[in-house]
Amino acid sequence: MTHNPKTLFDKIWEKHLVDENEGQPSILYVDLHMIHEVTSPQAFEGLRLAQRKVRRPDLTVAVADHAIPTWKGRNTISDPIAKQQVETLTKNCDEFGITLYDMYHENQGIVHVIGPDLGLTQPGKIIVCGDSHTSTNGAFGSFAIGIGTSEVEHVLATQTLRQFKPKTMNIHIEGSLPNGVTAKDLILGIIKHIGISGAVGHAIEYTGDAITNLSMEGRMTVCNMSIEAGGRAGMIAPDNKTINYLENKPFAPKGKDFEIAKKEWLDLRTDVGAKYDTKIIIDSNELEPFVTWGTNPGMVAPITGKIPNPKHTVDEDEKSSISKALEYMGLKPDTKIQDIQIDRVFIGSCTNSRIEDLEAAAAIVKNKKINPNVSAMVVPGSTLVKKIAEEKGLDKIFQDAGFEWREAGCSMCLGMNPDILSPKERCASTSNRNFEGRQGKDGRTHLVSPEMAAAAAISGHFIDIREL
Amino acid sequence: MKSINKHNGKVVPLDMVNIDTDQIIPKQFLKRIERTGFGKYLFYDWRFKSDGSINKDFILNQEKYKNCSILVTGDNFGSGSSREHAPWALNDYGIEIIIAPSFADIFYNNCFQNGILPIKLDKKIVKEIISKSKNENGYNLNIDLDSQLIWDDSEEISIKFDIEKFRKYCLLNGLDDIGLTLKKENKIQQFESTRSLTGGVVKK
Ligand code: SF4
Repeated sequence: MTHNPKTLFDKIWEKHLVDENEGQPSILYVDLHMIHEVTSPQAFEGLRLAQRKVRRPDLTVAVADHAIPTWKGRNTISDPIAKQQVETLTKNCDEFGITLYDMYHENQGIVHVIGPDLGLTQPGKIIVCGDSHTSTNGAFGSFAIGIGTSEVEHVLATQTLRQFKPKTMNIHIEGSLPNGVTAKDLILGIIKHIGISGAVGHAIEYTGDAITNLSMEGRMTVCNMSIEAGGRAGMIAPDNKTINYLENKPFAPKGKDFEIAKKEWLDLRTDVGAKYDTKIIIDSNELEPFVTWGTNPGMVAPITGKIPNPKHTVDEDEKSSISKALEYMGLKPDTKIQDIQIDRVFIGSCTNSRIEDLEAAAAIVKNKKINPNVSAMVVPGSTLVKKIAEEKGLDKIFQDAGFEWREAGCSMCLGMNPDILSPKERCASTSNRNFEGRQGKDGRTHLVSPEMAAAAAISGHFIDIREL
Repeated sequence: MKSINKHNGKVVPLDMVNIDTDQIIPKQFLKRIERTGFGKYLFYDWRFKSDGSINKDFILNQEKYKNCSILVTGDNFGSGSSREHAPWALNDYGIEIIIAPSFADIFYNNCFQNGILPIKLDKKIVKEIISKSKNENGYNLNIDLDSQLIWDDSEEISIKFDIEKFRKYCLLNGLDDIGLTLKKENKIQQFESTRSLTGGVVKK
């Protein structure tokens, strides 16, 4: 046992301390700052007004992902305000010397997908982005957090971030994942267990066989939704899978540098005997394929279950939340989850749009046709994912089944571009938020795994994918 | 940034838990590239009906709560997206103080960046404030940041609240974080000179 055992989080934190003073937030150095068109324009404007520069354009990378169209062969942005936003990003990157992947660039994609895609995301780094799902990058054993626009400006100007040290939380999954339970079900199960504010103030480290057995892509799905449990960040210690994933990625170190980095990375783990502020143990037998039924990601039911009945709840706040959610969702208490009919299917978003997600969904739709009452689309997470998927013929499988095959972007995850639900349309979505209006005003979102979304597209309602 | 010290204002209760930033400012308004002018879009889908007319049932639209500046609400306010458009919209609408039993982290932080004071109070007190503001006309609260006190005009409620010292100091003085950090230039430089190269460089 080490003399002074530390958690993975503590190690990364200490390595990045530029300055600390009692009672003040610490100043941490930022290794990678990613920006996108929605949360950055006001930050650049702030810099300009104060006549400040971007301190490290070489550690900053920008991408257009949120407001851009995803229709095939996109060549213009029809919405004038979205267009202005993307043009503003281009102008700002030009002026301040920042690398930009615009919607025509081969490296373009959802900001949290391209970091890992390109090997920009690496173990031990502090990574920030003006976007809450930055936590995705924690799957590589980095401390990755979402920040607000004022903080984006702070990082641009100083390459540092002021942070009060979060508490640490260990979520340990006992046992391995039951058959037919995906990484998405795992994180939905975790949020169901601890609640949507269960991890507020904490950086989460996930451990246990169920976690280490996941592919890198599955780990990213889990870390991605840490924020939906209120977590400041989610992380998983690097191991050989992490190393193999990063080897030969464009921005990963090469040759001798890679060997040095590899040694450093494999050392990044929580020491035996290190203490977390909070520890949560979840039995993997609790986990099933899950579907959300309400208007926040903690409103989760197993596929074999029913919509809850507010009558059976004593807490008044909870009772009114359930009733309000059911009214918005147009659902009756005690309805079987498998009886819920859907109108739309969206496979995409930074939670589930990587190659493995698309392969899993394609395996289910292969040689089948989607239900005539359903319209469905697949939006790859990045232009690179799209290319690989096409090389594997996945585009053909989806299109033959009746899915639309799109260009990369955030798309209907938040509907800032033309991809939105109509009022009351019900969607099985692989994204991460089922908030009111998230996918379109009065639209109804059910969060599910790619497998469940694909199966629902075929049958027109939710089904137990373990029985396929 | 503007500074805050003493505040007296009318309370509006939003008696719900887990209000997320997608509700505070819906995504269709995130395309603007300015920091100002978001107030008219605050809680847009709740304040306005589908045809654009005013939803008179929504509490912010009720005559009684006109010109309110203190929002009181349930647990976990501001969850979800990191969009700073949420505090911009609240601020632009006229909200200067938000009281809740708990807040989501990023939102809480974003408030301080914009001269909004988020105050965490015990659930029981929050419930009491909510019920008073529902039952009384023009229910007001007074806040003194320096002494960390909050009380109503009848002084039936009078309580001290917690806030990190540094955050209080910045709000009281309207300090700009960036300016403070730039004073540490030598420390940043020193750190950069020792930084491990496997920390990665983006430009190739
Ligand atoms: S895919 Fe959705 S959650 Fe992810 S960054 Fe884009 S909008 Fe945010």
